[in-house]
Amino acid sequence: MRAVRKPLIAIPSQTVGPYLHIGLDTEPLHGRMYGPETPGERLVLRIRVTDGAGNPVPDALIELWQADAAGEYVGRPDHDNPDPGHSFRGWGRRATNDDGWCEFETIRPGATTAPDGRRLSSHISVCLFARGLLRHLFTRIYFEDDPTLADDPVLALVPEDRRATLVARRDGDAWIFPLRLQGAGETVFFDL
Amino acid sequence: MEDPQRKARTVSDRDPNLAGSQPPLLYPPYQSTVLRAPERPLIHLPSDYSDLTQPVYGHLPIGATDNDLTRQCPGGEPQGERIIVAGRVVDEDGRPQPNVLIEIWQANAAGRYRHVNDNHPAPLDPYFLGAGRVVTDSEGRYQFTTIKPGAYPWRNHPNAWRPAHIHFSIFGRSFQTRLVTQMYFPGDPLMAFDPMLTSLPDEKVRQRLVSRLDMNLTQPEWALGYIFDIVLRGDSATPFEERV
Repeated sequence: MRAVRKPLIAIPSQTVGPYLHIGLDTEPLHGRMYGPETPGERLVLRIRVTDGAGNPVPDALIELWQADAAGEYVGRPDHDNPDPGHSFRGWGRRATNDDGWCEFETIRPGATTAPDGRRLSSHISVCLFARGLLRHLFTRIYFEDDPTLADDPVLALVPEDRRATLVARRDGDAWIFPLRLQGAGETVFFDL
Repeated sequence: MEDPQRKARTVSDRDPNLAGSQPPLLYPPYQSTVLRAPERPLIHLPSDYSDLTQPVYGHLPIGATDNDLTRQCPGGEPQGERIIVAGRVVDEDGRPQPNVLIEIWQANAAGRYRHVNDNHPAPLDPYFLGAGRVVTDSEGRYQFTTIKPGAYPWRNHPNAWRPAHIHFSIFGRSFQTRLVTQMYFPGDPLMAFDPMLTSLPDEKVRQRLVSRLDMNLTQPEWALGYIFDIVLRGDSATPFEERV
């Protein structure tokens, strides 16, 4: 393996800390990612963050990034008219509650096509911040009823016995995604 | 089919720029990492599959006082030492990063956050909310006016105190360049005892989070100026010599 060091080095990450809410959890609309005109299947996504002892993580922040129903990523919005809550931009943010849960209202993303032409199964990218995380973590959410999961090139990189940690399951009207930071059933995290 | 375990490399053995320049996930002197740091290695995601080519954003329009934390409460100004914090956001090639959203939050001058869970017996300031936002200009520059935050105690270990700091959240051009960090002040003696900072591998890396006093930015008879320049990771849009 060989790589070239760039002229500058990125500054280090530090934890978001316990008081992230005053800076980052200020806009409830960031949990609702579509507007009245947005095409696509609506879904409620409930994520629960737990630690290595199985206890809820009540001070995590989750950001989502996903394609629209057609499998396209929405471009950079106009800063003067980002229109939160009225149009779909593919980005959402929510903090967890006292029991480690947070809920997003979004649409089911379409399958996307990678630059190399491979088809990527419908998925949502997740960025997770919390007190106790000196760096944020990346993971992905897939959907259990998707018949294409066996062909997804990202899931193929994950040891078979850990793939289920990336798959949300349907529970009534909602999709449930347990996010286990450590220990039994530890969620797969990615290095981008 | 390729062996998936072969791809299970960690951040430190993949990217020479990140190796030795970022904190580990597990750092027991910072107690909260012990039950929250994943134990399994991160799985490297090739850039083709990382959803990196599109910008990621989502925020409301920036308000007139969003970058001046001393003018957010009608009727008065916060107590404390007024300061200006400014700098430039560039990538690892030194290219300015325009249109980058920066969000900050901090304690007040007495070391107290306006947060329901902060029960440090120091006074709240009726004229200080402690949060701000700004978007970088065409040359990647940003500037805030605020007050210098106070040090405050925490329960990590006996007699633990955080050095004065301002939290920064920064969006670059993609999910990969997302960064949350903390800015510190030069000469703060508490830095030597702080697990957040000692988690970083060496003094040179720690210094990248320490702002510097700048007498050009300092405004006479008004406010001290501190420079905090921010280098973000490159992303897939940045050519990076292919590893073999």
